Amino acid sequence: MKAGEFLIIGGGPAGLMAALAASEFGVESLIIDENQAPGGQLVKQTHMFFGSKAERAGTRGFEIGLELQQELSTRGIKIETQASAVGYYPDGTVAVMQNERVWPLKPRAILVATGASENFVSFPGSDLPGVYGAGAVQTLMNVYGIRPGNQVLMVGSGNIGLIVSYQLMQAGVSVKAVIEGLPKIGGYLVHASKIARAGVPILTRHTILEASGKDQVERAVIARIDENWQPVSGSQSILEVDTVCLAVGLSPLTEILWQAGCQMYHVPELGGQVAWHDELMMTSVPGIFTAGDVTGIEEASTAMLEGELAGLGAAKYLKGESKELQCRIDDTACRLASLRAGPFGQKAREGKCKLAECRR
Amino acid sequence: MLSDKLTSTGVADQSDLGQAWPSEDRLKQGPVVVVECYQEIPCNPCETSCPRQAIVVGENINDLPKVDHAKCNGCTLCVARCPGLAIVVVNAAYSQTESTVTIPYEFLPLPEQGSAVEGIDRQGRVCCQARVVRVLNTKAQGKTPLVTLAVPKGKEREVRFLRTAG
Amino acid sequence: MRIEKHPILDFKRGARVRFFFEGREVEGFEGETIAAALHAAGIKVLRHSVKLERPRGFFCAVGKCSSCLMEVDGVPNVFSCTTPIREGMQVRRQKGRGRLDLAAGSGPSPEAGER
Repeated sequence: MKAGEFLIIGGGPAGLMAALAASEFGVESLIIDENQAPGGQLVKQTHMFFGSKAERAGTRGFEIGLELQQELSTRGIKIETQASAVGYYPDGTVAVMQNERVWPLKPRAILVATGASENFVSFPGSDLPGVYGAGAVQTLMNVYGIRPGNQVLMVGSGNIGLIVSYQLMQAGVSVKAVIEGLPKIGGYLVHASKIARAGVPILTRHTILEASGKDQVERAVIARIDENWQPVSGSQSILEVDTVCLAVGLSPLTEILWQAGCQMYHVPELGGQVAWHDELMMTSVPGIFTAGDVTGIEEASTAMLEGELAGLGAAKYLKGESKELQCRIDDTACRLASLRAGPFGQKAREGKCKLAECRR
Repeated sequence: MLSDKLTSTGVADQSDLGQAWPSEDRLKQGPVVVVECYQEIPCNPCETSCPRQAIVVGENINDLPKVDHAKCNGCTLCVARCPGLAIVVVNAAYSQTESTVTIPYEFLPLPEQGSAVEGIDRQGRVCCQARVVRVLNTKAQGKTPLVTLAVPKGKEREVRFLRTAG
Repeated sequence: MRIEKHPILDFKRGARVRFFFEGREVEGFEGETIAAALHAAGIKVLRHSVKLERPRGFFCAVGKCSSCLMEVDGVPNVFSCTTPIREGMQVRRQKGRGRLDLAAGSGPSPEAGER
């Protein structure tokens, strides 16, 4: 395994776009990814993406993943799969493990695009088999074509909860309800409407009290909650479900950034601890870039654009400035800003603002 | 202002529909688009898929689509392209007794032309019997088939989904 | 539990792979992970917790949460949610924390080098 100039850790939407953008300016990249196939969360997304034509709107996520891989192979960019970055050393070496063998790689620049992991909520029975993360449910049904169960309770009405509910129905699984603690649906209302008209009740101001069953989930108890998030007595109902799917948010996977000594800040709007970065996604450690969910939980389309920016940033860092490069940077930054310009981008906007100020 | 019903259940209210619904005059002239998109999200395939510039999002991709029903000829191109599946085409001039609604339907089994199905409203309730008058599933639609349902006059305002028998 | 027909996706399944769960033969498809193949065979309990011996399944399916650790060909603490199945593989529910037998040479080698 040879690192090349630019090592990209994580072959999701951000990482793949970074490699493509960097290659436009002659940067040689290597992408490493833990999974059997690259694409990150794109491989599980069966819905059409939002955004504009430049972000491949109207194309389904998994198809975007395939398109990107095609472009990478056309440009001769190498991807090593089932390869994990297991450590960063002070001299700039990244230890990559593949097939039970460790490769010390020493690239000139690094992009940490490791994504995020799913949050968990605890309740009695939350450790039972049958309580799965929404990403796990998507992997099982959309990658392997295996139903996670027959009757599902979805916890969380953000875009992931809503989209996965729809996908479960497409896979022939019954979704008994989507519950949400807040008084309003968190995700896009068009996604909510899709499942509402297919007969799934969305219950806001509801929580799960417990899941129970002998060796796996056989039922779940839900209840309405009041303004103080306390269950309203008498509002409990029992749902006969074999699966409880948790879609309660994501947390950035920042281990490598911490190891590399990047300045980290806690920004709740971005989902937790994230690395400070400049306009070109470079962290406080020169040559180490970051992009996508690891630097703030958002959508795949913004991750793609952040990745593109990081790739261009790496090109600037490694090859120097040029007029053409600056034009590309300005264009990408502008498109990223416009995706975040609406009400759904407010959290990310505020979070990124806070992050920028952390180091001033 | 979005209704509480919409923001807490995902089911649009009459008050949400407002501008989306074409004028009575336009409805009399045949097929026309109804864009039930109420929230500013970064998205514009409706605009780019329309060959007649009847739907405009504009410079800010987060803006709500503005629909010029007069320019729309009900071609249904945008229906399969909307990532939110929030667009239908209604033809209130279909016949003396029936209207049609063309909906995106991404489930199996795909109903057959001529078959009887249940017309389902925005809340998932059966609101009428419907007849499948057309099923369109071309490659360009990218696996979002379009099903045109004939429904009793007036029900074109309510029917947004279908349920096949059994 | 396998999806045969899907409105959007076509599942191209690899060759059949036979492996063993607690000594019992289970069939999956090439490319599937242990946890996925077991789930398709109706097996959701992958191990029991160390102290209270409560049943555990997978949770994250991306090798992060450690809920799915199993004993594979005698090696404990294997992420069954990311490890692909292999013909003849012996998979067992892990008891306790598991011990790595370094003398027998199981586990990753610390050496590094060029291919």
